Amino acid sequence: MSGREHQSALAAAIDQNRRNERVTRAWLLAPALTIILAISILPLGITVVYSFLTPGTYGGVTWEFSTDSYVQFLFQRDIFDDTLVFNSAYVSIFLRSIGLALGATLGALILGFPTAYFIATKPREQRNIWLFLITLPFWTNLLIRTYAMLLIIRDEGIINIMLMKASIISSPLTILYTDTAVFIGLIYSFLPFMVLPIYASLEKLDFSLVEAGYDLYANRLKVLFHVIVPLAKPGIVAGCILVFIPGLGAYITPELLGGGKKLMIGNMIAMQFGASRNWPFGSAAALILMALVILVLLVNVLAARRGASGNG
Amino acid sequence: MTGTEIARDRKAAVSVRALSKTFGQGEYAITALDSVELDILENEFFTLLGPSGCGKTTLLRLIAGFELPTNGSISLQGQDITDKPPHRRPINTVFQNYALFPHMTVAENIGFGLRMLGKPTAEIKQTTERMLALVQLEAMAGRRTDQLSGGQQQRVALARALAPAPKVLLLDEPLAALDLKLRKSMQIELKSLQAETGITFVFVTHDQEEALTMSDRIAVMKSGKILQIGTPRDIYDRPTHRFVADFIGDINILEGTVEHTDGDLATVRLKDGTRVSAHLGPASARSGDVSVAIRPENVRLASAGETPTLTGVLENIVYFGAATNLHLRLGTGEEIVIRNPGAVDEGRYQPGATIGAVMQPELIRVLE
Repeated sequence: MSGREHQSALAAAIDQNRRNERVTRAWLLAPALTIILAISILPLGITVVYSFLTPGTYGGVTWEFSTDSYVQFLFQRDIFDDTLVFNSAYVSIFLRSIGLALGATLGALILGFPTAYFIATKPREQRNIWLFLITLPFWTNLLIRTYAMLLIIRDEGIINIMLMKASIISSPLTILYTDTAVFIGLIYSFLPFMVLPIYASLEKLDFSLVEAGYDLYANRLKVLFHVIVPLAKPGIVAGCILVFIPGLGAYITPELLGGGKKLMIGNMIAMQFGASRNWPFGSAAALILMALVILVLLVNVLAARRGASGNG
Repeated sequence: MTGTEIARDRKAAVSVRALSKTFGQGEYAITALDSVELDILENEFFTLLGPSGCGKTTLLRLIAGFELPTNGSISLQGQDITDKPPHRRPINTVFQNYALFPHMTVAENIGFGLRMLGKPTAEIKQTTERMLALVQLEAMAGRRTDQLSGGQQQRVALARALAPAPKVLLLDEPLAALDLKLRKSMQIELKSLQAETGITFVFVTHDQEEALTMSDRIAVMKSGKILQIGTPRDIYDRPTHRFVADFIGDINILEGTVEHTDGDLATVRLKDGTRVSAHLGPASARSGDVSVAIRPENVRLASAGETPTLTGVLENIVYFGAATNLHLRLGTGEEIVIRNPGAVDEGRYQPGATIGAVMQPELIRVLE
């Protein structure tokens, strides 16, 4: 075999090898791709399609193109002359949800950061026990936990009984079926999502940096805000996203603790597929919620990128 | 000039009195420091030297305020600072791993202490620039600390600790992570930086050579106690303890019995019957069984016709360029090392040969 022939044979072999690799890769990826397609892309596609259809009388959709669902989100069609009048009802539900989710995020941060710090500064062998305790609520269904919360905060619940026994209040505090109840419920449900990423950041923190801060004339508060918080920032951001996003779309908590009176986006969407029998509007609202979430994530990514390029 | 003489004509920057530190409780308690007494003087380059676990880092952390003592007191320029938190002590630390803030630039790191002190922006900027110039890192001001080499990080840590103009600078084995060549040049740089700034440096190391090169005075520590405080020459030439003698440089130690003493001179009869006169330390035993010590470089080969102090069988010859070590086995089974400058005549000095050694009498010490 001449050198040239040898070379071309080698090239062919390499080519063949590459082709084989590609085939193998495709086959290995197939199960994952199928699942992603089946449980994520496909339902999303259906939602998009439904949002542009006309609602059926008894639920479902009729195959007739319409952008009414999106219009309905902002405007109300006058029954008589068909003119569009701005309707703040749905927008205010969105704003309420955002407000509650932001409040819950802040509350979870205020409770979660010290908790994470407490665990991260424990001796290594004790940390796992604390982490286990933090994740313990996940072993019980969210619905059950929310019912338990309901029993605690209702008028005849433990909190009110104790406060009244201690003569701090004379009549029970009405917490249940208020925004406060939803707020407490959201913090309770999502607190572990705040604690865990912050813990992960703090666990990696080199505590000689904290000592260096003290050494360089920073008191405890200054060390916290100039050294510990900036270094735990990735965990704090991750925790906030993990609480804010599910908080925004929460369904069970506002349904049970808010008594269905105080709607959040999740309940409103569920209602469209139930009592209201307006599937296209439900789909549209779900997509608007998704757009909102993507926007939040996008802002975060852009901010992170700017931060990185600013330092580099 | 001895350590005590220096102590008399300068004021103390840091005074440590009866300082003890115990970690843990009950039967698991570990005594890291045991009633330490120490005066570190103004403008002094003071080194705490000892093997790991001797308590030197604990002592440094107590002076910095990271740990609180179990007993005793620490004062800074006459003021009691025992219970003050680290941020209220005008003392800064250069950490062993540098502990530079990774989320700040070099300049921000250096200015951190001044910012926390609430100094005006203009002053912070000016001082930061001066510090950058001092450690020759002007070009690196805007860099992030993880983009620097180990030596550069070391300089940033130094500049950061020096920027608030502390009364005392503590350095916890700051050169341990650097390679040999860089370490040597940083030793000289640190020494000149100390002279330039006039700040009291307290330096912790386990490297005896580093301690000898850099320090004005050295405290040798072992098991939570200070064994000897003195100038490098004190420590090297007049070690008071067997541990000090052994830890710093090479030493020959021979057993003997004191026959009589005259002032600070003792006549000691060694195990083979040879009598030598040796210097007594302030706390040396003046009778009974003692150990006497002499550095290998103070023992020489007996020349022809000279009466040797000791004779022994040559076991090993180790040549290392500037000098040759000759290991001699004495009749008593003890070993002494002769350090001969340069090479020796290999024809004459063969393993197995019986040779004589002469000890310089004024450099023999009786250990405590």
